[in-house]
Amino acid sequence: MGGGNDLRRVILKRKAVNVLMLSLSVLTALYGLLWLFWILADVVLNGLKYMSFDLFLKDPAPPGVEGGGLRHAFVGHLIITSLATLIGVPVGIGTGIFFAEYGRHSRFVGFLRSVTDVLVSFPSIIVGTFVYAVMVKPVGHFMGVSGSVALALLMIPVIAVTTDEILRLVPNSLREAGYALGAHRWQVIKDITLPAAKRGILTGVILGVARISGETAPLLFTSFNNNFFTVNPLEPMASLTVTIFQYAMGPYESWHGQAWASALVLTAGTLLFFILSKIMVHGFRRWG
Amino acid sequence: MRKLVALIWLSLALALGEEIINGAGATFPYPLYSKWAYLYHKETGVRINYQSIGSGGGVRQIRNRTVDFGASDAPLRPEEAKKYNLAQFPTVIGGVVISYNLPVEDLKLSTKAVCGIFLGKIKYWDDPEIAKHNPGIKLPHTRITVIRRSDGSGTTWIFTNYLSKACPEWKEKVGYGKAVRWPTGIGAKGNEGVASYIKRVRGSIGYVEFAYALENRLRTALVENREGNFVKPSVETFQAAASGAKWDPEKDFYEVLTWQKGEKAYPIAGATFILLAKDYPKERNKKIVKFFDWAFRKGDEVALRLHYVPLPEEVKEKIREYWRENGWF
Amino acid sequence: MVLKKGKLVEAITGVVLGAFAVFVGLLLPVLILATLLKESLPALERFGILKFLTGTVWDPVSEVFGALPALTGTVLTTFVAALIALPISLGIAIFIAEIAPRKLKPIFSTAVELLGAIPSIIYGMWGLFVIAPLMAQHVEPFLQETLGKVPLLGRLFEGAPTGIDLLTSSFVLSIMIIPFMSAVVKDAFSMTPPLLKEAGYGLGATKWEVIKDVVIPYSLPGIVGGVVLSVGRALGETMAVAFLTGNVHQIPKSLLDPLTTITVAIANEFTEADSDLYLSSLYYLAFILFILSFGLLTFAKFFILERVGKRWGAGTI
Repeated sequence: MGGGNDLRRVILKRKAVNVLMLSLSVLTALYGLLWLFWILADVVLNGLKYMSFDLFLKDPAPPGVEGGGLRHAFVGHLIITSLATLIGVPVGIGTGIFFAEYGRHSRFVGFLRSVTDVLVSFPSIIVGTFVYAVMVKPVGHFMGVSGSVALALLMIPVIAVTTDEILRLVPNSLREAGYALGAHRWQVIKDITLPAAKRGILTGVILGVARISGETAPLLFTSFNNNFFTVNPLEPMASLTVTIFQYAMGPYESWHGQAWASALVLTAGTLLFFILSKIMVHGFRRWG
Repeated sequence: MRKLVALIWLSLALALGEEIINGAGATFPYPLYSKWAYLYHKETGVRINYQSIGSGGGVRQIRNRTVDFGASDAPLRPEEAKKYNLAQFPTVIGGVVISYNLPVEDLKLSTKAVCGIFLGKIKYWDDPEIAKHNPGIKLPHTRITVIRRSDGSGTTWIFTNYLSKACPEWKEKVGYGKAVRWPTGIGAKGNEGVASYIKRVRGSIGYVEFAYALENRLRTALVENREGNFVKPSVETFQAAASGAKWDPEKDFYEVLTWQKGEKAYPIAGATFILLAKDYPKERNKKIVKFFDWAFRKGDEVALRLHYVPLPEEVKEKIREYWRENGWF
Repeated sequence: MVLKKGKLVEAITGVVLGAFAVFVGLLLPVLILATLLKESLPALERFGILKFLTGTVWDPVSEVFGALPALTGTVLTTFVAALIALPISLGIAIFIAEIAPRKLKPIFSTAVELLGAIPSIIYGMWGLFVIAPLMAQHVEPFLQETLGKVPLLGRLFEGAPTGIDLLTSSFVLSIMIIPFMSAVVKDAFSMTPPLLKEAGYGLGATKWEVIKDVVIPYSLPGIVGGVVLSVGRALGETMAVAFLTGNVHQIPKSLLDPLTTITVAIANEFTEADSDLYLSSLYYLAFILFILSFGLLTFAKFFILERVGKRWGAGTI
């Protein structure tokens, strides 16, 4: 009967290991959630504590002077990201269309597509140094628009890759029907594939915006910073992220408070974009 | 809809019409410049956008002509100024203080102690060299963490210039400059960064411009001066350090105020300077000069409140003369 | 006439879209690389390749620049972060793929992805305000009291517990890469054919045994690729660590030593570099980072993931 006991012991041991490992896995999952909630709780609680209307309506007061806000940074951030989106979206979507519609079987296009995939994860600070060399130095001063270009360059691969993927989901039979009617490729794209993939492409755009709206590193040497309100993209321009960097690093309590409050706005904005894109993806999948 | 577009255009045009003058450089005078700029904007509507990126950056940006004016606490030598075609003048005098994070008031630091700490040789706060001059204060056996600048900094220039004059070993091993090879410590960006790290790290010590220490309620040490007295940083002791300065416009006002003679002279004082590009359109420099003239006339009180020492009237007059010669005033 | 116009539009759209694609997929990276190279030429001429890579001195005063401290810093922070993140990410992936109840799965995946969507500057700021003091006052003294007493291992915990050091930087970075890493690992898991798993269960294996002996071996190339990809991404991370490294160009000897990374050095010193050689050396660092991260990402993509036969892109951004 000893054999039976051994067997039972082995089975018990296996079961114990099983339970142990699976609980470890659950623990790691909780560990992940812990940080998510911790970060969000800190950002929300501290952010709310220092949130005020002045934050959005007033320009900064020098350190030591009470009050003031970050209107300049909010507006600057909006302008820089909007311009970036304006530049990035057409190029990104165009690239994605080319990948999906023109280059399905070309090895060269396959290569381009793979490089674009790699670019999605590319260090953003390098793009900043690049734009400094080709745009800021020749022109002779920092400009909001050079920040936009840097962000656009980061956004393009994201949009291109998602557009490409979405367009591939469009059934080929739709395209063939178009060609059968004697339509040109551009007509098929314009009238059949793009409308079919509209929502997915929009999702890609939103993802792209979400990716760039929280970026700091590429703005440091391009749009730089400005203590004053300006809507002129040819001037140095404050952005929310660079201001948070400056204020959080600074020693003043009032700066820290404003940094927390703007961190809350920034996080909420980025996460909203992200969630929006998630919802849309699900919608698209269901629809598809 | 059309109205909205028109409105946007209008505001855009208005905003474009408003002037912005961009300056960058030293973090040392940033609390003062930003306050001056704030008041000047209120009074005249002209916006002076001063970004504190460090003196090294200030010199670089004006040399590359990426800003309208640069600012530095490390004065350029006349030959350097000539080489880059820059004009240079001082604005205020200030002091670099040694701040620390220990629950101890009025710590006295001898020259030897300062050298030892920043050379990384004195590692604990209860070191005899520190304890010797602080009888009656119980120093903890805590490790000393040196906080210093990571960026090119005029404050570093002034501080290391003092160290080079005060201790031979420092001069030999490290030397002075806007950025040096620190034997020890953590690097922080800007005076803001150093102040912030000192606040954060227990047992830390670092050097910041006086206004930063005051605004952040950092403790500051009494430092031994050339005559062997322990002096407290203050407007008076900074003034005492600056009393011997010549301020020669021929030399673009090049003047170093560290380790000066005088019973009450604070050993780590310095002036902060503005750099203008001589080849910029006259109109542009005129606007900048106008701001500083305004500051010279109306800004002394603000400066004193932030513990900077305003320049004496005759020096201000000399600077105005210097501007006139360049055709900016 | 109509036909002709159609052809013209056809040609134009083709050329324009093609130009976009060539710009993004080829010109842009080449242009960036060329610009970085051109800007780093003065430093390249002065220090050469080997001397720069092995130089341990970063001295703006005497204008001697060596990349080794920043390079080691980059590699070390990323390595330690990946070391922390890997088991956690595996656990999370297992949880999502195999354990979580069906209804919870999407919620939980989204939660983890949310963690990845938080801007890196927020991580940095939170790290400085919340984690660094915690590390300095509790975690690091505790580690010194315990692990620090162990011979040899203790060396890793020498120094003043400031909270601004290698350990804190890597730790915050690890939280940041967990979402991405667990997402790719999870995707790799999902490629295991259900049939294999069923077979495992059919033989009476426990869930863990199926995971350990079927799922993980089967998806190993995908896991490795995903991990390399995450590491490639983490190399270029700037803002999350910018607050926490301490900006010192030194090779850290202990986990509690301050250090710098390539990205942090660039972020902090770029606008402030006062000589041409200094700026050029920073560009040289950027060039090295380009090669490093592009190389790693390409390696992960072409040599591992492409073989696995899956495209990694949109789903895992």
